[in-house]
Amino acid sequence: MNNHQFLQFLQSGKILVSDGAMGTELQKRGMPVGVCPEEFNISHPEIVQGIYKDYYDAGSDLVTTNTFGANRSRLAMHGFENRVREFCVKSVELALAVCPDKSGKFVAGSMGPTGDLIEPLGPRTAREVYDIFSEQAEALAEGGADALFIETMMAAEEAEIAVRAAKEKTNLPVAATMTFEFGKAGLRTMWGVDVKTAVSRLTDAGVDIIGSNCGRGFDEMIAIVRELRPLTVKPIIAQSNAGIPDWVDGISVYTETPEIIEPKAQEILDLGVNIIGGCCGTGPAHIRTMRRLVDKKQSL
Amino acid sequence: MFEKILQEMSQAVIDGNKEKCEELTRKLLGLGRSPKEILDRGLVPGMDVVGIRFRDNIIFVPEVLISARAMKASLAILEPLLTQGEVKEVGTCVIGTVKGDIHDIGKNIVGMMLKGAGFKVIDLGVDTKVEKFIDAIKREKPDIVGMSALLTTTMGYMKVVVDKIKEEGLAVKTMIGGAPVSQAFAEKIGADRYAKNAAEAVKRAKELVGVATIAVSDQSSVISHQ
Repeated sequence: MNNHQFLQFLQSGKILVSDGAMGTELQKRGMPVGVCPEEFNISHPEIVQGIYKDYYDAGSDLVTTNTFGANRSRLAMHGFENRVREFCVKSVELALAVCPDKSGKFVAGSMGPTGDLIEPLGPRTAREVYDIFSEQAEALAEGGADALFIETMMAAEEAEIAVRAAKEKTNLPVAATMTFEFGKAGLRTMWGVDVKTAVSRLTDAGVDIIGSNCGRGFDEMIAIVRELRPLTVKPIIAQSNAGIPDWVDGISVYTETPEIIEPKAQEILDLGVNIIGGCCGTGPAHIRTMRRLVDKKQSL
Repeated sequence: MFEKILQEMSQAVIDGNKEKCEELTRKLLGLGRSPKEILDRGLVPGMDVVGIRFRDNIIFVPEVLISARAMKASLAILEPLLTQGEVKEVGTCVIGTVKGDIHDIGKNIVGMMLKGAGFKVIDLGVDTKVEKFIDAIKREKPDIVGMSALLTTTMGYMKVVVDKIKEEGLAVKTMIGGAPVSQAFAEKIGADRYAKNAAEAVKRAKELVGVATIAVSDQSSVISHQ
């Protein structure tokens, strides 16, 4: 699939189902705590690919690559700072190899935060952050991604820089999702960015798709989508966590089961999202539920 | 006169005005005020307000970082002057972000607040392995070990550390925090306390060492309305 088809699909009014979590799925399949998840693209390709395949089989129209932390800054923690290109290209290739060969199925390259503070709060310059995201965006495009998904952003400035880098260094459609929490000041990121500010700044940066991911569960995602939908004519995306994690037998287990999220996902769809999926704690079973809801909605 | 300067100093911490904090610190020292008084009555009330405003979503991470930087600048002047024994520490905390996780903003804010509340804080940094925690506990004999994690893929490491502390029979309390962490998780892994935010971390730390919490909300209203 090329990128024009990706945006065309959304513009035609089709609702796409994305995938669920990568990190918590890797853990379920044996990834030890504290290792570099992106290195699994190289050392355990069958596990990463198995997750992609399970999502496509469950009805995902797109999977997001295992490259959330595959930027120079985050990989440096593991001594892998010179393997950005290798991890990104391989991760996309693994997804493309199991992507069903039909129109409307895509691979999105995941880009998460650098974990760095940008001047004047911290040591990184905006230029350095731009270069870090550029390197990752180019590598994901080289691997053959259909779109770039900038995820779990909290700081407006970092999100903007990531969007600019992705738009300027590739010709791919770019989605950006920020993580909001409901508090006394309404929906805000940890950096204090509200939904309205997020929309205006991401739009100015040239983003194609706007949305939210992660967070504290589907109820809050409903509130986010309700606030977000009237603020933009662009396609919007919602990928919620399955609630708050609990800890069972050595892995984080999220509390919102496919049964629990069904009416909530329906509400999100009815509010007019264009891409629905999940984040931490959601798995293929959640995606199957969303697939069913989307098919039902689109057959009406 | 110095009462007013101390209040100005608290406000400079709240505003994150680093230059003013440094200037007022020197000015107060010049007026013969003790480093301890400047710390307790200038910096700490300011950081208390910052903690409460952060907890109440009036300010967010960037504002707290700017305030912390202002406090740090002042502390850099005061710390060499604080004579041994002058400041009685309420307790010692070893803190760190757990293995596999490089997120240190929350941990740094908690460290700053604990320092402000009179704790001695030993910060092990990010990506902290269990051995490093254990070594630090044996060396520093802290009252509390504080662990932070931002990722669902790293929060599990907190249990590794808690288990090891128990296995070695070390007499130290554990406290955890971070975005994916909850009270339920803390109970599951056997941590002694969970703190939702930095202000709460100070409260829980004081509980653990048996120090009464002063109602800072009264002070904060004085400062914020001046």
